[in-house]
Amino acid sequence: MPTNQTSGGEIWKQRTDKEQWIRWFFWLISLSVIAYAWQMISEKTIWFFVTDAPNQAADIAARMVPPKWSYIDQLWKPVWDTINIATLGTLIAMVIAGPVAFAAARNTTPNIVVRTAALFIIVSSRSVNSLIWALILVFILGPGVLAGTIAIGLRSVGFCAKLIYESIEEIDHTQVEAIEATGANGAQKMIFGILPQVLPTIAGVAIYRWDINIRESTILGLVGAGGIGLQLNGSLNTLAWTQVSMILLVILVTVFISEWVSAKVRGAII
Amino acid sequence: MLQLSELKKRYDTGDYALKGVSLEVPKGQVLALIGPSGAGKSTLIRCVNRLVEPTSGSVKLKDMELTGLSSSALRRARRKMGMIFQEYALVERLTVMENVLSGRLGYVGFWRSYFRKFPSADIQEAYRLLDRVGLKHMADKRADELSGGQRQRVGICRALIQDPDVLLVDEPTASLDPKTSRQIMRLIQELCIERGLTAIINIHDVFLAQMFAQRVVGLELGAVVYDGAPDGLTPDVLTRIYGEEDWSATIKAAEDEEDEL
Repeated sequence: MPTNQTSGGEIWKQRTDKEQWIRWFFWLISLSVIAYAWQMISEKTIWFFVTDAPNQAADIAARMVPPKWSYIDQLWKPVWDTINIATLGTLIAMVIAGPVAFAAARNTTPNIVVRTAALFIIVSSRSVNSLIWALILVFILGPGVLAGTIAIGLRSVGFCAKLIYESIEEIDHTQVEAIEATGANGAQKMIFGILPQVLPTIAGVAIYRWDINIRESTILGLVGAGGIGLQLNGSLNTLAWTQVSMILLVILVTVFISEWVSAKVRGAII
Repeated sequence: MLQLSELKKRYDTGDYALKGVSLEVPKGQVLALIGPSGAGKSTLIRCVNRLVEPTSGSVKLKDMELTGLSSSALRRARRKMGMIFQEYALVERLTVMENVLSGRLGYVGFWRSYFRKFPSADIQEAYRLLDRVGLKHMADKRADELSGGQRQRVGICRALIQDPDVLLVDEPTASLDPKTSRQIMRLIQELCIERGLTAIINIHDVFLAQMFAQRVVGLELGAVVYDGAPDGLTPDVLTRIYGEEDWSATIKAAEDEEDEL
């Protein structure tokens, strides 16, 4: 269609004139919306605070240094809690996510009802942030590490199950067929034909999620669900800036180590 | 040994992959099934062990009707039918030994297979078979470390350890080079003779079919158009199976090869 015959030969364009006009029109609308939004935001902004922001930032930064090194004595326990929340939470998530993934994958699900239920579990787990899970669980279970662990677990189920079920759907079917042809039953087909193919993904997902959960569990303390966030919240509320910087430093080191560990483990699996 | 009658398969699209195939394969016969891509060769052998469910017709193995079997009876029947695949279909991340032993899954329970606690007779047999195909030293290698020819040998061991009555072989040489293809076909032929096995071998290569089979069946658009001796494949017959082409070179090559042997 974009090719037109003229007296001078054929003219080829990427789009027809109509398509081109529609595109221009959408660009026009998008830019107008951005311009309007920009104007709204600047009207509602108190510019005094914005111009003052660099001073404030410099002020806080100045109060943060030097970090209160001795505070580390009180941080070992919360850091240990944080790591435990992440690790146990990931473990809980993986135990639930395995069956959910097999129920959700098109090629292993027993029927459409089970598949729908499994997909619902995945979506609901993913749609609620771990901080909100923690908030709810602190109400139910009371503050502490348990609420945080379960919050991390529930939050991670959807993520892990989704990645695992996608990998189950992508397995090589002929390997499964070959196992089936030997007279193996359904469960044997699973452990000989399917599991070996998805095991690297399962391990990879667990490590990846653990890595994410270390970071997520550092903030759970803000709502009382245990871990180093509790100290962070306390220090922020009492304006103890040197403690805040110390905590941030410890979180940074923890995350750095967890990244390193997960990279090593992932390398070993694949 | 194996009896197909009026076997039909219609796919959901409405196309007939098999339009009523009848075949009788006596014990110990090695039968090559030739035909162009899409003729229904794969569908036919998959209808025998019901990896593909036939639409109508009957399949009998040693006078046992396979088409109506319940799923547990079908699993028992499948133990007596070994299958060898085009792309080997080994479980890539398992070892050679595990792949061979997977041929015994129909005989062992779930937990034994989960913990890989196969009976020692099975393990002895696995070593014997691997030794027979020259891969005993590779038993602990992972399947994905092997070359194509080696993988197909493992595939053959997996089928044979089932102690089958019938071998269903689907394009065993399609992903192999010409020399390895010959070696694999010769190995299958020898093993069939050693064990008195009945085999149906799907194969593109007319020339390998003529070299290694006692009987050739030509399939075209889901129907048998030739059934006879390998040397009955004249240019006329090949044209009927595959369509118009100059066949003289193919037939000549097959004759030369026989002289060499």
